[in-house]
Amino acid sequence: MAQATVDRTVTLESLTGAPKRRRKEAIIHRLFQAAAALSIVLSALIVLSLVREAFAFLAAIDLSSLWAGGWYPRRSAFDLRVIITGTAVIAGIAMLVAGPLGLGAAIYLSEYANPRVRRILKPIVEILAGIPSVVLGFFALLWISPEIVQRLNPSASFFNLLAAGIGVGILVMPLVASVAEDALRSVPMALREASYGLGARKMSTTIRVVFPAAVSGIVAALILGLSRAIGETMVVALAAGSSGALSFDPFQPGQTMTGAMAQLAIGGDQVKGSVSAVQSLYFVGLVLFLMTLALNIISERFVRRVRQRY
Amino acid sequence: MVVRAEKLPTSDIVAAHLSGKRADIKGILFQTALLMSLMLALLFLIVLLTEVLISALPVFQERGLQSFLEGSLSGFPDRAGVSQALYGSGMLMLFVVLFAFPLGVAAAIYLEEYAVDTRFNRFITVNIRNLAGVPSVVFGLLGLAIFVGALRSLTGGSSLIAGGLTLAVLVLPIVIITSSEALRAVPQSIREAGYGVGATKWEVIRSHVLPSAAPGIFTGTILAVSRAIGEAAPILLVGAVTGLLGQAQGGFLDQMQGRFTAMPIVIFEWTKEANTEFKALASAGIVVLMAIILLTNAAAIFLRNKYERKW
Repeated sequence: MAQATVDRTVTLESLTGAPKRRRKEAIIHRLFQAAAALSIVLSALIVLSLVREAFAFLAAIDLSSLWAGGWYPRRSAFDLRVIITGTAVIAGIAMLVAGPLGLGAAIYLSEYANPRVRRILKPIVEILAGIPSVVLGFFALLWISPEIVQRLNPSASFFNLLAAGIGVGILVMPLVASVAEDALRSVPMALREASYGLGARKMSTTIRVVFPAAVSGIVAALILGLSRAIGETMVVALAAGSSGALSFDPFQPGQTMTGAMAQLAIGGDQVKGSVSAVQSLYFVGLVLFLMTLALNIISERFVRRVRQRY
Repeated sequence: MVVRAEKLPTSDIVAAHLSGKRADIKGILFQTALLMSLMLALLFLIVLLTEVLISALPVFQERGLQSFLEGSLSGFPDRAGVSQALYGSGMLMLFVVLFAFPLGVAAAIYLEEYAVDTRFNRFITVNIRNLAGVPSVVFGLLGLAIFVGALRSLTGGSSLIAGGLTLAVLVLPIVIITSSEALRAVPQSIREAGYGVGATKWEVIRSHVLPSAAPGIFTGTILAVSRAIGEAAPILLVGAVTGLLGQAQGGFLDQMQGRFTAMPIVIFEWTKEANTEFKALASAGIVVLMAIILLTNAAAIFLRNKYERKW
């Protein structure tokens, strides 16, 4: 039996490197981890600040004022029906615009456009996506409202839900188009080829094969678009007006959750007198946050379904 | 084997279909309809841009670009300009770059290079993705509660610091996501080569991974900044000034803790004014803002096309 020659054996220890070098590595690791964990801190801060003020708000007001009497925060009337109706009408109109336009653009870019045409047409969607929402608000108020809405219905108000809805729709369309296009492009070529092999035409292949194969990604695109439309602020704040009365009429002004928040913020100094008016901001913010979070989680589920399959 | 020459009734139909000269009218209509949706988007874009340019023209013709850029917020449309808004937007972007860029890239490095598949790390990823979907107004509420409220002694209330930090938090998830994608695109073999010559993890990242991913990371950051520059809602909630703003005074810190305004806020304010002269000012402001955004986006695309490597 030979004695173990200790000095020449390569142990795990001798491979782990200088302690100083390892310490530095560990510190860097922790720093990066801290940066990543910061996102959790931020989310927690968002939820905490929203929840705390929202509960203070609910404790301070008469709860029956949440469901009657219109939306007049300075007069302590916080009728949620008004702002939820406004949000629903605007989001509905926006999706009527962004759904067909976005999906149409996505299908054309993914299935019909050859690479050269795509290079020319894709930037249209990209430039549209880069336009700030205030600019679309300006456009909705000063062009869509007089040139489209008031031509459709001469008795329409200058500030109206329809113009704001169309503006939000144009804003959301690029998002719908790009998410849906990703879904369509991730459908394997083999499915299309199989369909052509059976003698199907381009249109039947697109509608009966590619579209169903990508349907969960397309649903995700629409839900994501809806979530963005609900949270859109500046177009609504400029073009929808600020009526506090309950109204379903798209030709009349209305109030949305985001619009109500912007109005409260602009009114800044006058609001300071009433504590619950400021706190209502957080309550509405919390409702908005939960709605968009739910929609985003649902759409994430749908996207994952596409990824799993291919 | 004998090939049957007998003609089946179906073969006529098949032959007709295979050689069909019939125009596929439905197909053409479908394709046209799809193209129309893109053309409608293009039409909106063109109308928007021409409308803005036409309505901005009087401002640039009568006063000149310089007078508009140098003027400050004013109740008199013929003297009002965007100097304070440009300064405010510039400073806000400085904060975004100073905070969101290092933190975002560090978080992306952790998620792509260090994180193993634990529940905690998965939670971070899901959380970042959800954070990216939170409406921008809600970030404004966060800024109002934390940066304006809780940290008032540090930020000085509704100040440039508070607004800048709010926007930095807003774009942080976007920076993390785009940087992660850029890091993921670096092939594993590059890392293995580094480990093979005895480099530690950080050495591999610093000397191999980051240089390869840099174009993607910079492009993503520039795009995030150009998104932040157009955001009005969050800084409106934080308390950007929509009316008149005094000349900034005091030292650098005092200015940073002072009240502020920004390009999208000024445009918002002028659009709301009933007066047509202010509408013209709003259009002129939009022209300036869009020029800045298009230039930054063009820079990002140029950077991507010039330096991006395909592995």
